[in-house]
Amino acid sequence: MESKTLYSQRDPSLKKRDDFEDILEERRNSSDLRYALRCYTPVLYKGMTPCKTTILKTIVLQSDQLHYVINQVAKETGEASDIIQEEAVNILEEMAHRLQLSTIRFFAFTLSKAFKTLFQSVRVNEEGIQRLQQAIQEHPVVLLPSHRSYIDFLIMSYILYTYDLALPVIAAGMGKYLGSYFLGMKFIGEMLRMSGAFFIRRSFGGDKLYWAVFSEYVKTMLRNGYAPIEFFLEGTRSRTCKSLTPKLGLLNIVMEPFFKGEVFDVSLVPISISYERVLEETLYARELLGVPKPKESTSGLLKARRILSEDYGSIHVYFGQPVSVRSLAQGRINRSQYNLVPRYIPRKPSEETQGFVNDTAFKLVRKQEENMVLRPWVLIAAILMQNLDGIDSALLTEQTAWLRGLAQAFGAFLDWPGQEPVGKVVSSSLSLHHGLVRVAGGRVQLAQELQETASPKEALFNHAVCVLSCASYRNQILHVFLRPALLALAMDTAATSRKDDVYSSFVYLRNVFSNEFILCPGAMVQDFEEACYLLMKCGAVQILKQDIVVTERGQPVLSFLSGMLEPFLQGYQVVCRYFSEEVSEGLAEKQYIPAVRSFAVKCILSDSIRCYEALSSDLQKNALAALLRMNALRKAKVADQATLKVNKMVVKTLEDTLGGKVPAQKPVLARL
Amino acid sequence: MASNCSERQRIAQQRLKIIAGHIQKDEDGEPARIFANNCKGEDADKHSSSTTTMPKRRQEIMKWNGWGYSDSRFLFNKKGQAEFTGKRYRLSGMILPSLKDWFEGTFGASLQHKTPAVPSLNSSSVQPPTLNEDFIQDLKTTGIQYSHEAEDRVFRAHGHCLHEIFALREGKFGRVPDMVVWPSCHDDVVKIVELASKHNVCLIPYGGGTSVSSALECPPEETRSIVSLDTSQMNRILWIDEKNLTAHVEAGIIGQALESAVIHIKMVTPRGVIEKSCQGPRMSTGPDIHHFILGSEGTLGVITEVTMKIRPIPEYQKYGSVVFPNFEQGVACLREVAKQRCAPASIRLMDNAQFQFGHALKPQVSSIFTSFLDGLKKFYITKFKGFDPHRLCVATLLFEGDRERVLQHEKQVYDIAAKFGGLAAGEDNGQRGYMLTFVIAYLRDLGMDYYVIGESFETSVPWDRVLDLCRNVKERIVRECKEKGVQFPPLSTCRVTQTYDAGACVYFYFAFNYRGLGDPVHVYEQVEHAAREEILANGGSLSHHHGVGKLRKQWMQESISNVGMGMLKSVKEYVDPDNIFGNRNLL
Repeated sequence: MESKTLYSQRDPSLKKRDDFEDILEERRNSSDLRYALRCYTPVLYKGMTPCKTTILKTIVLQSDQLHYVINQVAKETGEASDIIQEEAVNILEEMAHRLQLSTIRFFAFTLSKAFKTLFQSVRVNEEGIQRLQQAIQEHPVVLLPSHRSYIDFLIMSYILYTYDLALPVIAAGMGKYLGSYFLGMKFIGEMLRMSGAFFIRRSFGGDKLYWAVFSEYVKTMLRNGYAPIEFFLEGTRSRTCKSLTPKLGLLNIVMEPFFKGEVFDVSLVPISISYERVLEETLYARELLGVPKPKESTSGLLKARRILSEDYGSIHVYFGQPVSVRSLAQGRINRSQYNLVPRYIPRKPSEETQGFVNDTAFKLVRKQEENMVLRPWVLIAAILMQNLDGIDSALLTEQTAWLRGLAQAFGAFLDWPGQEPVGKVVSSSLSLHHGLVRVAGGRVQLAQELQETASPKEALFNHAVCVLSCASYRNQILHVFLRPALLALAMDTAATSRKDDVYSSFVYLRNVFSNEFILCPGAMVQDFEEACYLLMKCGAVQILKQDIVVTERGQPVLSFLSGMLEPFLQGYQVVCRYFSEEVSEGLAEKQYIPAVRSFAVKCILSDSIRCYEALSSDLQKNALAALLRMNALRKAKVADQATLKVNKMVVKTLEDTLGGKVPAQKPVLARL
Repeated sequence: MASNCSERQRIAQQRLKIIAGHIQKDEDGEPARIFANNCKGEDADKHSSSTTTMPKRRQEIMKWNGWGYSDSRFLFNKKGQAEFTGKRYRLSGMILPSLKDWFEGTFGASLQHKTPAVPSLNSSSVQPPTLNEDFIQDLKTTGIQYSHEAEDRVFRAHGHCLHEIFALREGKFGRVPDMVVWPSCHDDVVKIVELASKHNVCLIPYGGGTSVSSALECPPEETRSIVSLDTSQMNRILWIDEKNLTAHVEAGIIGQALESAVIHIKMVTPRGVIEKSCQGPRMSTGPDIHHFILGSEGTLGVITEVTMKIRPIPEYQKYGSVVFPNFEQGVACLREVAKQRCAPASIRLMDNAQFQFGHALKPQVSSIFTSFLDGLKKFYITKFKGFDPHRLCVATLLFEGDRERVLQHEKQVYDIAAKFGGLAAGEDNGQRGYMLTFVIAYLRDLGMDYYVIGESFETSVPWDRVLDLCRNVKERIVRECKEKGVQFPPLSTCRVTQTYDAGACVYFYFAFNYRGLGDPVHVYEQVEHAAREEILANGGSLSHHHGVGKLRKQWMQESISNVGMGMLKSVKEYVDPDNIFGNRNLL
């Protein structure tokens, strides 16, 4: 019943939870140059003085950890250890940041200019800043922002500079900025490096030396309190604005110094950055659809000029409560497991540790979700997504007001403009997102570029870009409705209204979608209870002794909620159908996405479904992972090619269950 | 016999000095005591000028509710200055002008807020003894002395854990032994153990009484009559063998047996007497049975006689000290000293807080010149050398041997220290450092007069873990205090007290002002518990030399594994099936 207290304590009104301050306001009233050149004296961990980047590198290269691995690699490869050492130096050189205050000042100046033109405001919760300032002095701090845009970490550093806080060093994927062939991007990469970014190769699976240099580099910075370390738990930008399943590698690394007793504690700070309008919105949609996007680099820079003339609304940055690794690990991690082997010898984390890190990662992503400030537009987008043919604008206003109430009842962190009438809020939201929606003749509709020459398929993709862009806004509020929505679906598909049947269905669906949404592993019961509680609280259901019953006024709530998940349900069915109808022997894994996509196109064109999200590579990947996990597919090597082999029985059952043709089985697979 | 007395005393005294030279090796914080019957014993503390024999009625010279001798204690005089009373120690009779400020500043304590102890032992609040009449009848026939007076019993019902002393100061007594016996030789012990077995009486051996592991506490669930077996009267030197440089002594002479010094041990158990048949310096005869004896914490029997190595008293002694810019450098230096195996007779590294503490114990300076010199030294270290007074730390050193070698040794150690940024800081600082370790137990009593409680605990840890362990444990203490509602920041400090090839012994001092707390002892115990968990999590041992007692029993299993526990249990079962030695320590 923990969930109850969690939710009843939560006050959905923004004002009461925390006061946000617009950091652009001062920028609009005073000199950016003076701001960029002002005295910057952040407080540091334990009052340490920061060491130079060169010293930092020396510490890493001289560490026992690295020496051990160098010798090990030398032994394995037969190469002289100074050659390996040389290699390590190069890796470190390629990786290391070169944080320079002058570059920061440059960014402080230019970003001030850019942000002021792009955004109406950049709002930061001040209390969170104060908490962070305290945390930085006490323990090494790890900043964990959500990742929705390229500019996330620029925003982060900009804010920290503004509040005179220690600038973070930031783990960045290499391909993103450095791997690019274009000199322009390379230059930007170096600029970022000088503003504190360090670069990690995208994949270095199995490269022991690389791993050793990388992890030692991060840990050295952490142990010495060199600077807060910042990275993205989600690993990459979420193209859908849904939180991604967290990656554990870096989280493991930053927790290890605590496990091994090298630091007393580590503070993990979840940070939620929410954009009223994401800079990359249609870019993402194109990417998901596999529609070629305009090349980055020069044309990207040209595009940047167009971007600068647009209004992107406001950004909210919420610095969450620092989470103490020590408190989390209490009773879960036995630190004495590290007592019997020298700590510099790298070891694979124990199962216990892996489980702990995984749970922590999910918890943190959930925190990010909960603290994500939501604008009215996401409510509108959620409604539009259920009315793809358009909706009467008066009805839209009415429904938005209704959904606002529901969202607030579910504890959404809504930023609703003061006393303004709903109609006004809706229309101003619509006008900010004029690229996505059109209002004509009292109806609101998703925008659709009509090109005479376009083939039906091209038209379909054009429309899909718009739908997926809109979906990405709906996705922002999905986490608020997710659990009740799963329950609503479960009530639809369950054989009876008996509680345990509904629970079985719930667990089944939860399992199917566990790659799609952030669902903490093993938290079936909590999620179920939370869902029941919320639906009961808003009067949609009654929980009787044995049964869960829909109330009269609950019907619209439930159908709206299941409608919200409908695209996913359909999308997964399309994937299942593809495997049961089109694949006989097996499918080369790299064929998977294009094949499913054209199958989905076919389905949509033949009007058998209307689900554009089946076209999204994100959904396709998640469905694939789910099918593999549920043993509907398995991977095999055929002629040196990763091939997907189908278990038609399981696929068919899954398809039928999702389609509501057969009730969910008992949750055999429920335990993840 | 009487005519021989003075001659015997003289010889004994001389011999004792030789033995003392060995025994007094540093058991931190607790000066090992040597008492000789009919002769002048000497306190192991080198600064002591007093000579005492431990009487049967210890309370005649020792405090019944605090540390050490009744005549020696700290107090704040009418002027508010701290002074140390008595004549036994070098510090005795001295004024410590800076102690008050340190005390008030460190703990937020005030001389206005006193928490005096109950003035005297109220015998009527001690439970009447549960006597085993048959046992007493038989005992009487042996002529062995005994008592069931409340004062004697209370004195032997405790060690020096905080909760034990705290309760005494409040005049509260739990289960206390029902009687005390004073055997005077091995045979007496054999008789006592036989009778105890015969009449099913519980025996608890009592030696120095300085346990800090609740080892002397009577198990409250014990229903049998509990007899405290006080070995203090078994304090003769039976022979000295100058060819082999060994001495055979009765066990009451040594406060704490030193494993490395022991050649032969005789112990009386309910199964009989256990001892080896020869005195070879090393034996390959299966697991060393001495290890069962020395670590048994009174659960298997009573050690009656010991043959130990002796060494001539070193001809020359020299104190020294080194100041390091920070604790990290200090530890690195100690590690290097250990690596080169050139550790002096003693080397201890105090952290900054303890360095400040040591400074607070500086006696009043008699000459302006000395204080001027002090100021100059301070100026040199902090201003000229740029040491941060809030980070620097001090190592204290004690060199022993012949003069030339001491000087050579000294140079070697100072050279190593210099490599780690260490500056020689004089003999005085060194000596004061050692003073701190033996008066600290007296200081606790002073603290307890003013709402301040605390204690020390120790561990041993591999070198690579020393710094991490020290930092984490100290921080854990601070954090736990805060969480448990302690209103003032605690004193949480440590020092490295002994070096080994593969690691070091670390001591923690922890004290806090408990004003505003409902149950300070409980809070104290919770924090100490957390600190021990932290030690274990950081690769430290359950104990370096204080032992397990009952205080740390709960961690034994994880410390020595299930099989290890089984081994120890089966030994106990064989040696003492009826649990005659029923203090319930260790297992």
